[in-house]
Amino acid sequence: MMDGTKGFNDAETGEQKIRNFNINFGPQHPAAHGVLRMVLELDGEIVERADPHIGLLHRGTEKLMESRTYLQNLPYFDRLDYVAPMNQEHAWCLAIEKLTGVEVPRRGQLIRVLFSEIGRILNHLLNITTQAMDVGALTPPLWGFEEREKLMIFYERACGARLHANYFRPGGVHQDLPPELIDDIETWANEFPEKIADIDGLLTENRIFKQRNADIGVVNEEDILNWGYSGVMVRGSGLAWDLRRAQPYECYDEFEFQIPVGKNGDCYDRYLVRMEEMRQSLKIMHQAIEKLRAPEGQGDVLARGKLTPPNRSDMKRDMESLIHHFKLYTEGFKVPAGEVYAAVEAPKGEFGVYLVSDGSNKPYRAKIRAPGYLHLQSMDYVAGGHQLADVAAIIGTMDIVFGEIDR
Amino acid sequence: MSEALNELGATLEAKRPDCVLSWEVAYGELNVNVPLSAIPSFIEFLKTDKACKFSSLVDLTAVDYPSREERFDVVYHFLSMYTNQRIRVKVAVREEEMVPSITEVHPSAGWFEREVFDMFGILFSGHPDLRRLLTDYGFRGYPLRKDFPTTGYTEVRYDEVEKRVVYEPVSLTQDYRQFDFMSPWEGADYILPGDEKTDEAK
Repeated sequence: MMDGTKGFNDAETGEQKIRNFNINFGPQHPAAHGVLRMVLELDGEIVERADPHIGLLHRGTEKLMESRTYLQNLPYFDRLDYVAPMNQEHAWCLAIEKLTGVEVPRRGQLIRVLFSEIGRILNHLLNITTQAMDVGALTPPLWGFEEREKLMIFYERACGARLHANYFRPGGVHQDLPPELIDDIETWANEFPEKIADIDGLLTENRIFKQRNADIGVVNEEDILNWGYSGVMVRGSGLAWDLRRAQPYECYDEFEFQIPVGKNGDCYDRYLVRMEEMRQSLKIMHQAIEKLRAPEGQGDVLARGKLTPPNRSDMKRDMESLIHHFKLYTEGFKVPAGEVYAAVEAPKGEFGVYLVSDGSNKPYRAKIRAPGYLHLQSMDYVAGGHQLADVAAIIGTMDIVFGEIDR
Repeated sequence: MSEALNELGATLEAKRPDCVLSWEVAYGELNVNVPLSAIPSFIEFLKTDKACKFSSLVDLTAVDYPSREERFDVVYHFLSMYTNQRIRVKVAVREEEMVPSITEVHPSAGWFEREVFDMFGILFSGHPDLRRLLTDYGFRGYPLRKDFPTTGYTEVRYDEVEKRVVYEPVSLTQDYRQFDFMSPWEGADYILPGDEKTDEAK
């Protein structure tokens, strides 16, 4: 037995003893997608056990949040999953809105939907292309990042920052979009299918890509329930579970889109699902743009009230508005006591916030539920029995980003 | 949505009266308080019962209330993809009490319980691998307890002389600023500096 299985025992000579080999995968390995240290026990090239050591990017977000006001906590969410920042902010805003009972104006909702879908494409572009790089293709990330760059410019034009947006606010979004930006997003959305087709042409029927992904990391329905998967990890196995459809938040119930599902639940199907999700996101973006231009889509982007700042023009004329502005940004707003769990369908899966409020201006406790945390947890289960090289493919397909896992 | 949750809450109470201390529907979410002794069995019931099918563990965490006799709340969130419902299960735990692990029922609880142990110091009995998860190797203390300072106790720096990273007690050039933002007009229960003199004058 040349593969060094455990039964091997050179009894005659006693010269050779084959033992399992432990290697340290990461924390600086480029395929570890960040600072993952994984202790792998290998039997030849077969992974026997995988023990991920996380926490190398732990910043104590939840502890820090307890001593800051609700508004000051919002930027922390950009820094969780820094691949699609606005989707995280969304969950925090929804939690606060749920507790305070604030209704977001329609234009604010539409802008949120538009930028959530931009975030989804940002994430999937990064995930698909870097996963392809992990299995040996160098061109896709170069092409994908070009498009990501364009999307980040839209982020910048909407909120002033390319990455750490701080754009979604409790009660709406920070500022309205200029019409030119909406036009430019539409132009981009019309051109983007070509770019998807390019990546599609590079990867989908590429035999190396298929060999590296098909039948790797198969998960079935039982695994999904046992390991608490969400997002593409669920849909890749044929379960049409999507929070945008199942438990609609914002105004997703008005939008027409399909939920792509895979069949085999392997890495390759998840790749296909992600590709199709980008196309569906484009569909949602087109609808959102149309709705933003319609007369019903006009109006304010923030629910004016205690949670949100007054108009700049009001502040110039009105003493009360000025006081309100000052108090909002120093003391912050208070949220009624209670506890809620708000979740969004982030690109990686269900991103949730469990918020406990004691009625003051700071959260008593905020727990961030990151989808990647549960995915990575099952590494030992999924990677067991696979080859070492497949570990990189599996990490890629689980869509692991350490910002949200380590918090 | 709320009616269905109310119905579910009533069903749970009827089916497992020994396990449900109280339940309520607040903000469109079902909360169930259960005693510590009910933990593994009630959660298994939630997973297997045909009417519930809460088969996915969404989240497991704890909340610290230092002033309470039962200091911690361990909070479980479950989701049923089949009935499209969510449930929150809460257990009050004393500082010295151990919580039975639910890793047998939900393998995904493994890291969550490790994290709660790491952050709050709550022990889970029957957990296969209860090590620290997020904090540094060799870390001491439980950061998410309310009595743990946000700055922590140690800091690290690279020592040029010893040529390695050294751990030192935290020294701040400026005190950690913890502002009290509560408005004195809205029922603050402390006396503002200077106000105590008004009583003395009388």
